Amino acid sequence: MTSQACVRIDHLSFCRGKRKIFDDISLEIPRGSIVGLMGPSGTGKTTLLRLISGQLSPDQGSIFFDDDEINTLSRTKLYQVRKKMGMLFQSNALFTNLSVFDNIAYPLRERADLSEAIIRDIVLMKLQAVGLRGARYLMPSDLSGGMARRVALARAIALDPDLIMYDEPFTGQDPISVGMIVKLMRLLNKNANMTSIIVSHDIEITFGLVDYAFVMAGGKVIGQGKPDELRNSTNEEVRQFLNGLPDGPVPFHYPAKEYITDLMGED
Amino acid sequence: MKNKGVVELWVGFFILLGIAGLVFLAFQVSGLTQSSMSHGYVMKADFDNVGGLKVRAPVQIGGVVVGRVTNIELDAKTYKAIATMLIYDTYSIPTDSTASILTQGLLGSNYLGITPGYAPTNYKAGDTIERTNSALILEQLIGQFLFNVNK
Amino acid sequence: MSRFSVIENIRALGASGVHFISRVGHAGLVLFGAIFKKPNLHKSFPLLVQQIYIVGFLSLPIIIVAGSFIGMVLALQGYNILDKFAAADELGPLVALSVARELGPVVTGLLFAGRAGSSLTAEIGLMKATDQLSSMELMAVDPLQRVVAPRFWAGFYSLPLLTIIFSMFAIFGAYAVGVDWIGLDAGSFWSNMQASVDFRIDIVNGVIKSIVFGFFTTWIAVYQGYACVPTSEGISHATTRTVVFSSLVILGLDFVLTAMMMGGW
Repeated sequence: MTSQACVRIDHLSFCRGKRKIFDDISLEIPRGSIVGLMGPSGTGKTTLLRLISGQLSPDQGSIFFDDDEINTLSRTKLYQVRKKMGMLFQSNALFTNLSVFDNIAYPLRERADLSEAIIRDIVLMKLQAVGLRGARYLMPSDLSGGMARRVALARAIALDPDLIMYDEPFTGQDPISVGMIVKLMRLLNKNANMTSIIVSHDIEITFGLVDYAFVMAGGKVIGQGKPDELRNSTNEEVRQFLNGLPDGPVPFHYPAKEYITDLMGED
Repeated sequence: MKNKGVVELWVGFFILLGIAGLVFLAFQVSGLTQSSMSHGYVMKADFDNVGGLKVRAPVQIGGVVVGRVTNIELDAKTYKAIATMLIYDTYSIPTDSTASILTQGLLGSNYLGITPGYAPTNYKAGDTIERTNSALILEQLIGQFLFNVNK
Repeated sequence: MSRFSVIENIRALGASGVHFISRVGHAGLVLFGAIFKKPNLHKSFPLLVQQIYIVGFLSLPIIIVAGSFIGMVLALQGYNILDKFAAADELGPLVALSVARELGPVVTGLLFAGRAGSSLTAEIGLMKATDQLSSMELMAVDPLQRVVAPRFWAGFYSLPLLTIIFSMFAIFGAYAVGVDWIGLDAGSFWSNMQASVDFRIDIVNGVIKSIVFGFFTTWIAVYQGYACVPTSEGISHATTRTVVFSSLVILGLDFVLTAMMMGGW
């Protein structure tokens, strides 16, 4: 059975300690699409990426990547499957003791039996794609935030993955670098046909980019659809999130005692 | 990150310094040439009293260390203390030699001294030295001396 | 209320005991994953050399300075006391034995825990906090093998070497004070030392101690880094724990090992 889905999540539940992060969610990410995962902070969007990449295992349910069920794979098999995934971390996760060039060469040297000459060519191609070929000898500490993000992107695509996951790619970036990253994401999706998952809470940019989006809150998928459909959603929670209303179904206040009793009483 | 060659050079220097230190400790500090003669044969000697003799105490002939005491135990039947010692291979001990418990200086630690005899045959591994002198217990000597003086 | 809190306390004690045991189990698994998997020598060896440089070679200055000064002060103090018994010639054995048997392994171990152990913990902890370990996993690289293992082995190899170097410089220091400054006879300094120090019993046992200390301090350091809470507070706690646990383990094990060695082990 070869499905159209690149990633398929089936009745997934996941707890961290006593807190339930995902409560029986199911979703599919079609091959070759750009999909947004959106929701307020703390809804476990990053956790979902870690589940997809097999760094965490679900308590219930299953996750399929292509036709492999990630959470049942042996370690060796999981490592083989991961060669087909790339991830751009929120913190970039560049190796601080390696230069830009070595950072991008790292996955190539580790995973592929390639000669240094070929590795050099591939690294330069990737750097050219993100426009930083001239910066190859710099150390990560010398890079600006936007440059570091682009280097991290180049590293994530070094092995030409089928799936690339972006964890909050726009956070802390100035408008110019956001523009560059958006352009790169589009290019990668179109030219290299990489399935892309974007985790973000930046609605405007994400909606401008994605084919399809999931809105998550409270451990559930509360809304999904094309950006236009979501904008016209009647769901209260989705509306609150998309319009940035301070109070609504997602309360402004963290659960607490009645204000007046709290003031009068003691702990 | 430093140049790879430089790193390797310094690591090599570090390891060599460690090896040099070990050689220094072995030869200059512990005089390994003497004590490395741990290849030897085992002998025993019975004493009425070994005094303060301890395991690892030296066995000496004429002030030269020829072995080490390896074990001290009591014979359950004869109530004699049996000192087991390792004599280095280079030395052989005539069968009429005498083993004594001696003291280094007036207050020093005990060692096992062997006064060699003149017999043409030597002890073999596992033999027991028959002629022994027990330790002089200073307190007993003083006690006897005082007892005699008082008489 | 008070009875309730007693039971609560007992429960908390039990819980912390269980927590401790499971941490030790996790630490064992981390160690196992790091050192018992087939290493790729071609890739691991340069990493190991790099780490020996950082962990071992860069610790040399503090070890050499500390060793020299401890030898010097031992000679000075020892001379004062020995001279009262007209036994100043025994200064060499005094210094050599105390350094080779005890001070060398223990002081080097403590300095190593403070200098190298804490930095190992902080480095691995920061790599964790900045997702570098996760990103390695995503590149299908096992961070236990690429990050933890070379650091563990580097510490394991470096501490015995550092201990030997420490002892050597301590004896040089004692020589400088005893012979060059106080004016003892150099010949009797060395010959008395050689007469009382046994290679197998004193030197080798000291090195064995340092090997055991190296194993445990680096294990604690890499584990604390690997298992730390990836926040700035978590890393600072982990670093503190590395130094405290390592020091306690060194001092405790020193007693156990000494007892075993004295018992003719």
